[in-house]
Amino acid sequence: MSSLRAQTRTELVLTLRRGESLLLILGIPLLLLAFFSTVDILPKGDFDDPIDFLFPGIVALAVMSTGMVQLAIGTAFERQYGVLKRLGITPLGRPRLLTAKTLSIVAIEVVQIVLLLVLALALGWDEYVQIGAFIGVVLGTIAFAGLGLLMAGQLKGEVTLAAANGLYLVLLLLGGMVIPLSELPTGLRRIAELLPSGALTQVLVGTLNAGRTVPVHAWVVLLAWAAFAPLAAAKTFRWE
Amino acid sequence: MGLIEVDELVVRYGRVTAVDHVSFSVAAGEVLALLGPNGAGKTTTIETLEGFRRPSSGRARVLGLDPIADHAALVRRVGAMLQSGGVYPGIHPREVVRLFASYYDDAEDPDALLERVGLGHRRATTWRQMSGGEQQRLSLALALVGKPEVVFLDEPTAGIDVAGRHLIRELIREQRQLGVTVLVTTHDLEEAERVADRIVIIDRGEIVASGTPAELMSSSAHDEIRFGAPPHLDTAGLGRALNAFVDEISPGEYEVATPPTPANVAALTAWLAEHELPLADLRAGRQRLEDVFLRLTAVTGEYPTVTIDHDRRGGHRRRSRSG
Repeated sequence: MSSLRAQTRTELVLTLRRGESLLLILGIPLLLLAFFSTVDILPKGDFDDPIDFLFPGIVALAVMSTGMVQLAIGTAFERQYGVLKRLGITPLGRPRLLTAKTLSIVAIEVVQIVLLLVLALALGWDEYVQIGAFIGVVLGTIAFAGLGLLMAGQLKGEVTLAAANGLYLVLLLLGGMVIPLSELPTGLRRIAELLPSGALTQVLVGTLNAGRTVPVHAWVVLLAWAAFAPLAAAKTFRWE
Repeated sequence: MGLIEVDELVVRYGRVTAVDHVSFSVAAGEVLALLGPNGAGKTTTIETLEGFRRPSSGRARVLGLDPIADHAALVRRVGAMLQSGGVYPGIHPREVVRLFASYYDDAEDPDALLERVGLGHRRATTWRQMSGGEQQRLSLALALVGKPEVVFLDEPTAGIDVAGRHLIRELIREQRQLGVTVLVTTHDLEEAERVADRIVIIDRGEIVASGTPAELMSSSAHDEIRFGAPPHLDTAGLGRALNAFVDEISPGEYEVATPPTPANVAALTAWLAEHELPLADLRAGRQRLEDVFLRLTAVTGEYPTVTIDHDRRGGHRRRSRSG
């Protein structure tokens, strides 16, 4: 087996072996989508049906879970346990290690999005997809992975665990993922629109609903995070 | 020309000099032990050879390669065991050995290797659940899986049980028979004496002695006899009787500056018998490696430190009693 295939497979197996990461990447997004689409308690903003903002929002949440939280925690513990250091004296090499991590994220996201799509269709989502949604997911993944590695490259495993989960909650609440951004007070909404989660949700809401568009600032903010976060991570990452 | 060459190596961390002008070389198929107390610079030396540390000055070469500049070529031909960790906490032994095998063009058979390190039965356990000894053996398997020409082992038997130590020593000997060059660090004298062809003793970043275990022990066979007897003997009187200088190096511990010939030893014991004095111990000729080691890495002021420590503890007790 080639080393890239073996490495990617290992990254996937180790992720799926952890119950908490399964809960994070599949359990919570699917549960939130099913629950809030059927139990009508959320503020809807200017949407007719909650699924119209919930499906794009939960896709953004899924991207954030995998790209940021799951990657950050996994990598931080690998660093703490000396795995990254040990791999440094094998012929694997950093480019192949990073490629394997990227491929495993892509594989997990494909599974997440397929399952969310099936559930959304079952819940009555009007199928409508623009190519922008795909670009949004890619940019969002890059931005969140950058943030995840920024934490993992600096903090200890336990600290990363706490920080990533805390950030996850903040970005979830301020990300328009379960509560539409239009429902937030103006000041808080301004801040939310500058966060990667808010920007990604706006991009996905605009590209997964007929008759809606993506505000230009959402693309700008998302692009900025996708450029800034990985650069900051690359500059500060400590392998040991 | 050795397979590992260290030449006037200096490694500094800020103001601290961890390795100070260290030079040694390891020949093909040789097992060399870097022996020294904790913090002596052993790990820094080995990590410089692995390419993790950049020399402040001097040179380090492995298989003729620069560990940093030629890193990609080097990692294909060396195996390494870190002082601790290095394995995914949630992975099974078989999975990680197979994973590491995939990194190399020509690798050992993972299952056979696991049997050799005595982990054939531990296939469904994760790294996190394994004992310290099992983790060390798995780390050793990962160091050997790529059929390396040079192996770096940093404290391979630290903190593991007797059976585990025995197995690891056995595997090191096996590697030597295969012609593999091994550099092993240890702070355990017995370890060094048992596995190494040659020992380099390092202390506070500097080499204090090197040679085969036998050489190290005999080289220190100075012209002296050491013995233990009651304190405060008449060293001048004994000196006259032996026609040599006698020094009480610590209370009850004496050193006679005379060759340890049977005649001299007989004269010493005769003098003790004449004065009806007991003899606690007598060391002549070849010293134990431990004596050499302790003398070379002598911790100055050890007794005062212990005393101060003791006083402090007493102080704590008094405080806690009154409080």
